[in-house]
Amino acid sequence: MVSLEVERGEIFGIIGPDGAGKTTLFRILTTLILADNGTVEIEGKDVVKEYKEIRKEIGYMPGRFSLYQDLTVEENLNIFAKVFNTSIEENYSLIEDIYKQIEPFKNRRAGQLSGGMKQKLALSCALIHKPTVLFLDEPTTGVDPVSRKELWEMLKRLKEQNITILVSTPFMDEASMCDRIALMEHGRFLQVDTPEHITGQFSHDLWAIRSDNMSVLLSDLRAMRSVRTCFAFGESHHVTFRNNVSDIVNLEKLLKSKGHSSVLIEQTKASVEDCFMDLTYKF
Amino acid sequence: MLKYLIEKEFKQFFRNKFLPRVVLALPLFATLIFPLVANFDVKSINLSIVDNDKSTYSNQLINKVTSSGYFKISDVSTSYKDALKSVELLKSDVILEIPHKFEAGLIREGEGSVMIAANTVNGMKGGLGSAYLSSIVADYNNMIRTNLLELNGAATKHSFEIVPLFKFNPGLIYQVYMIPAIMIMILGLVCGFLPALNIVSEKESGTIEQINVTPVSKLMFILAKLIPYWIVGFVVLTIGFLSAWMFYGFLPAGSFVTLYLFASIFVLAISGFGLVVSNYAATIQQSIFMIFFFVMLFIFMSGLYTPIASMPDWAQQFSNFSPIKYIISVFRQVYLKGSSITDLTTQLFALLGFAVFFNGWAVFSYRKKN
Repeated sequence: MVSLEVERGEIFGIIGPDGAGKTTLFRILTTLILADNGTVEIEGKDVVKEYKEIRKEIGYMPGRFSLYQDLTVEENLNIFAKVFNTSIEENYSLIEDIYKQIEPFKNRRAGQLSGGMKQKLALSCALIHKPTVLFLDEPTTGVDPVSRKELWEMLKRLKEQNITILVSTPFMDEASMCDRIALMEHGRFLQVDTPEHITGQFSHDLWAIRSDNMSVLLSDLRAMRSVRTCFAFGESHHVTFRNNVSDIVNLEKLLKSKGHSSVLIEQTKASVEDCFMDLTYKF
Repeated sequence: MLKYLIEKEFKQFFRNKFLPRVVLALPLFATLIFPLVANFDVKSINLSIVDNDKSTYSNQLINKVTSSGYFKISDVSTSYKDALKSVELLKSDVILEIPHKFEAGLIREGEGSVMIAANTVNGMKGGLGSAYLSSIVADYNNMIRTNLLELNGAATKHSFEIVPLFKFNPGLIYQVYMIPAIMIMILGLVCGFLPALNIVSEKESGTIEQINVTPVSKLMFILAKLIPYWIVGFVVLTIGFLSAWMFYGFLPAGSFVTLYLFASIFVLAISGFGLVVSNYAATIQQSIFMIFFFVMLFIFMSGLYTPIASMPDWAQQFSNFSPIKYIISVFRQVYLKGSSITDLTTQLFALLGFAVFFNGWAVFSYRKKN
């Protein structure tokens, strides 16, 4: 059960862990599979009845590289332009930024490109017919950090061309790149809002705590009655307390008495990931 | 749009290191080599002779046997026991034993007998060997009978001789019968199953998804797979015709137009079947095994190797469901008898029926999933 509305020219992120149903949702939206029930309209057209019209207007980049590996970069781009009755020249301006990075390799077979270049080619192919809505299924999975950053910058530029972009990702830290996000798990949306609103709604004080023995610290914290939630977050544990204002000085003493040294406790701001963990945590 | 899709298909085909070579080599080698190796004319049967008589007549008989060209004397033994030993050592296939007083019996009592024993572990060789040998002996029998009767000055006894007239394949040459069928096998393999496997491989690599979100319709997509392989099929068939002509001087008695016409309907039917398989199979492995299963049945039931008339009744009924049966009979009839379309209406309607049925099923099963 999901319900959402995406504005024109918006970057809308669907964020959730593996198995949340992101790809299935995308396949329904792109007319590849039929939903058991419910309706979807894209640009005012029904995905079941008017799928033919919709297919002319959308661009889809699946999570897995799905271009012809035995055709060259240019041939791939050309075939996708041709099946939309257009040509590379006609919409070159739209893909120029992306395509010019892989143009030196245009005679290379797509199967021999690096991961990042494959990504750029796939994006070019999805854009070559000037779609009004672009669907990107996990475009940053399996891509190096530099290419990830580049991709988000490209999406920002496409947004300026008034293209609506739906993007899914399992990485919570990419949420801030989107205008609005939907947090998804087990086939449902937990929350749909701007990233700022979602983090702003976090209703507890959040503390980052660390010591020299993080794994023992995690179980020690979780064993405490006053601790509401405690999750490992990179180099510190993020903790909320049952009664919002907790005696931090006492906590530090308590932890030291349990043998923890160099204990560091500081208040921190909630990220989208904190919100997601909080929303999915079963009390 | 279709033009570009077909162009893409050809690009991929020629870029494949393996496929173009197979398409060229398969019909060439099949028509060249298969008839040479799969030959049911048994020649050079190893014969062991036990001549207990050592008379003029026994000598004549032995000469007649060896001059027939079918037999090679591999062993001459003094007793049947020794001859059997040479069979056991696989030196000989057939034993011809001429008894003591063979000649004397023939002249005095007008009667004589010889014994033929054959090793039938290889049923074909043993059976044919003993059959050849008995017909030579019978021939010899006729010869000496006329000789003896003339010698005695008696009036010729009434007897009749059977002289078969083998129509359409006067020399009973096995190759002539097999080559048209072999061409069909190759044609079915290349343009029936390659498009199906190609579609399944697009499924496997996910490229079909990328095409499905474009305005390319299913019909267009399927046509873009069928047409290139159809063209390839005609190339294959033409290579088959050419090599049959070049290596065996073998040309159809009927017209090439009939052959191409029927072949094109057959290709439609068998590739329709391939499409059905491609709709149900998710991986290449699955589709290959499905195709293998059905093609084996189709071929066994088609009368390619064994005549349908000699099959049990249920199998004869079943053979009506093999499209290969009809096209093979067309090719053999056109090649050997020079039949024209009017003689082949049953096959024409059967093949058209298969084409409609399989392609209809393919479209139906495709729609069901999306």
